Amino acid sequence: MRSTAGIQEEDKGSKTLGMFENLTDSLGGIFDKLRKRGSLRESDIETALREVRIALLEADVAVDVVKDLVAAVRAKSLVQSILKSVTPSQMVVKVVHDELINVLGNGPSDGSLSDGSSINISANPPSAILMVGLQGSGKTTTTAKLAKRLTERNRKKVLMASLDVYRPAAQQQLATLGDQIQVRCLASVLGEKPIAITKRAMQNARLEGFDVVLLDTAGRLHIDKDLMTEVADIRDIASPDETLLISDAMTGQDAVNVAREFNEKIGISGIILTRVDGDARGGAALSMRSVTGKPIKLMGVGEKMEALDEFNAERIAGSILGMGDVVGLVEKAQQVVNEEDAERMAKKMLKGQFTLDDMVKQLGQIRQMGSLEGLMGMLPGAQNVKQQMTAHNMDDTVITHQEAIIRAMTKAERRNPKILNGSRRRRIALGSGTSVQQVNRMLKQFKQVSSMMKKAGKKGNRGIAGMMPTIMPGLR
Amino acid sequence: MSEENISSWLERLRGGLSKSSKKLTDGITDLLTKRKLDSGALDELEDILIASDLGVATAGKLATSISDRRFPDGISDEAIRGALADDIAEILNSVEAPLAVDLNHAPHVLLVCGVNGSGKTTTVGKLAKQFMDSGLSVMVAAGDTFRAAAVEQLQIWGDRAGCQVISDSGGTDAAAVAYQALEKAKSAGVDLLMIDTAGRLQNRKDLMAELEKIIRVISKLDPSAPHDVVLVMDATIGQNAHAQVKTFKDSVNVSGLVMTKLDGSAKGGVIVALAERFGLPVHAVGVGEGIDDLRAFEAKVFARSLMGL
Repeated sequence: MRSTAGIQEEDKGSKTLGMFENLTDSLGGIFDKLRKRGSLRESDIETALREVRIALLEADVAVDVVKDLVAAVRAKSLVQSILKSVTPSQMVVKVVHDELINVLGNGPSDGSLSDGSSINISANPPSAILMVGLQGSGKTTTTAKLAKRLTERNRKKVLMASLDVYRPAAQQQLATLGDQIQVRCLASVLGEKPIAITKRAMQNARLEGFDVVLLDTAGRLHIDKDLMTEVADIRDIASPDETLLISDAMTGQDAVNVAREFNEKIGISGIILTRVDGDARGGAALSMRSVTGKPIKLMGVGEKMEALDEFNAERIAGSILGMGDVVGLVEKAQQVVNEEDAERMAKKMLKGQFTLDDMVKQLGQIRQMGSLEGLMGMLPGAQNVKQQMTAHNMDDTVITHQEAIIRAMTKAERRNPKILNGSRRRRIALGSGTSVQQVNRMLKQFKQVSSMMKKAGKKGNRGIAGMMPTIMPGLR
Repeated sequence: MSEENISSWLERLRGGLSKSSKKLTDGITDLLTKRKLDSGALDELEDILIASDLGVATAGKLATSISDRRFPDGISDEAIRGALADDIAEILNSVEAPLAVDLNHAPHVLLVCGVNGSGKTTTVGKLAKQFMDSGLSVMVAAGDTFRAAAVEQLQIWGDRAGCQVISDSGGTDAAAVAYQALEKAKSAGVDLLMIDTAGRLQNRKDLMAELEKIIRVISKLDPSAPHDVVLVMDATIGQNAHAQVKTFKDSVNVSGLVMTKLDGSAKGGVIVALAERFGLPVHAVGVGEGIDDLRAFEAKVFARSLMGL
C-alpha cells in the first residue's frame, strides 16, 4: 500500500505531512468524493484505510504495529452496515478508535490496592519498585510523583533512593524533590556504586519499617550492555514487585526497540508514559504496549508533583487519532465548574433568562480552564475554529476585555442592557479601558447568544455543550 | 561508558548509527534478495524509511525518487543504499553548519532551549568545554530555575569545562539570571555566554512566554542578543519534532538545532524532514555521555551512516 505521499496514486493532491489534523474530517472528505460515484464499494474502504495508515504513522505508531492494526480494521470495516452507512467515515473512525482502545487496554484492575491503583505492592514490606528508562525520559520526576502518590493515596511509608551515580547532580535532584514532597530520600554516600546503594536502601527500609522502596536508576541506552547488566544485577538484589519502564510520549518509531529490549533484558512489569500533557500524538504508547504486552499503568500529565494520573486509554486513543481530548476537557471543566451552578445556569439559559452576570461568570470559568487555544485544541474537529481564531487575531485578551466591560457596568445595566445609551457606553468603555466599539461588539454578541439560547430552549433537544462555542466571543 | 576507546568520532557515530541502521539495512537487504524493485519492494522501502522516523511524506518522496532512478550496474543492496544516502545528504547539505562564535559581539550570546529531558544542560556543558579548549573565554548562565538540582548539574559541567557558571541561588526568575549573567559577561569581557534554560513543552503558552521574556530582557543590554537560539532535540523524538521546531521558532526565532543521544538505536531520521520543511542549520550531534561526545553535524556522514554505509 502506498501512502498518498507517493506519486503513483491518482489523488496526488491529498494531504501533506503536518496538515493532517483530524481523521474524521479527512475520511469524511474521501467518502464524500467516493459517494458521488454512487454507493460505496469494498475497494473504497482501501482508500480510507490508506488515510488511517497515514494517521497512525504520523502519530508515531510503529510501522509493524500499524500493519496489524490496519488489517484488524479492514476486517471489521468490510461489513455491509458500514458500506451502506450514511456516515461511513465516522463508522470507520469508530472501528479504528475501538481497536486502539482494545490494544491499549484500560490498565489492569487486579485490585492489588484498595483504591484501584495499578501498582503492585507486596504484602511483606519492603516492596521494591524499580524505575528504568532512557536518559531524559523523566524517571526522577516520575519517581517523586509516584512516591507522593503512594504516600498520600495509599498511606504507604515510602523511601526513595537514587542509583544514578552518572549524571551530575542526579542524586541531589531526587533529594530536593524528596524535601518538596516530604518523602524520605536515602542519603547519598560519595563514590558508592549502584549495587551497594540498592543493598543499603533495602536494608534501611527493612530496619526502619518502610513499606515501599522506589529505586530511581540512571538513564541508560538499551543497547549499552554494561549498563543493562548493571540494572539486571540491581533487579536481582532488590527483587522488585514492579519494574516500570518510564517512556516519553513524544518518542518516535524507536519506542518499539526500547520497550522490547528493556523487557527482554530485565523484564518490565509495566510502563509509565510521561509528558502526556504535551501535544505529541503519543503513538509510542500503542507500539510499546503491543510489543511488550505490558500494561501502561500511569501517565505524567504536568510538571507539578500531583500530575501523575491513572492511564486512560480513551484519552491516548483520541490523541493518536487527532480527535482532541474531550476527556481532558471535561476534567478541566469539572475542576472549575460547580455542577449545581451549571445546572441552574443551563435552566436559566433555556428559559431565555441569560444575563450579562451569567456571561461574566462563564467567561471567568473559561479563563480558569486555561488558554482558549489550549481548550480549542482539546475539542474534536475544532481545528478550523482554531485557524479562524488565529486569522482573527483572537486570543485570551478578548475574554479579559469582555469581562472588564461587563464588570464596568452597574447592576441595573447588567440586568437590563436595553438602558445602555451612548453616554453609558462611553462611560463603560472608559471604565474598562476599552473602546465604545468593543462595548458595542460585546453587547451584540450577548444579544446573539441569548436569542440563540431562547431558540434552543424552544427546540429543547440541544445540549448546552452545543452552545458553548457561541459564547466564545468573535467566532460568529 | 563502555566504549571510551573508540578513537575516531566518525567511528563512534557510525558505531551508534550502525546499531540503529542495522535493522534498516537488514530490511533493505532482505527485500532486495527477495525480489526486484517492484512496487511492493518500494512500499517496503518506504516503510523502512518511515521506521527511521523520516515521516510519511519524506519517506514517500525518497522512495519514489529511487523508483525513478536507473541503476546501470544493476540493482543491488549497495546501490540502493548509496542512492538513498546521496539523496538524504543532498537534503541535509544545506543545513550543515557548525556553531560559529562572532568575537565582535562581546560576548556572543547563545540561548539553549528545548523540551524536558532533551539534553540541554549536557549539551551546554559539552559546548563550554569545546569552546574553552578552542581558546575562547566562556561563561554559562544557569537559567533552569525550575527543575530540582539543575543549577548544581550545570555547575558540575562548568567545573569540568573550567568556565564560570552564573546562577541565582534560590531565585526563580530565569530572565533575571540571564540579565545578570550578561552584565557579568560584558564586564568580564568574555567571548561567549551560553544561557541554559528549563525544559518546556511547546504547548505550554505560559512557559513559552517566559522564554520570550528572557530574550526581551537580555536584548535591553544588547539589542542584537541572543545571536544564536539553539533548540536541542533528542534522537528518539518522533513526528512531534515538527511541532517543536515550529512553535519554538515562532516564539523565540530558533536559529539552529542540536540533536542529542544519537548513540542509541534511535535514528533521528526526522531531521531529514525538518531540513526539508524548515531549513534550519543543524549545528552538532551528541553521541555519548562523555564531555567530548558532541560533534559537528556532517550531512554526508550522517546520511551514509543512516543508510549503514
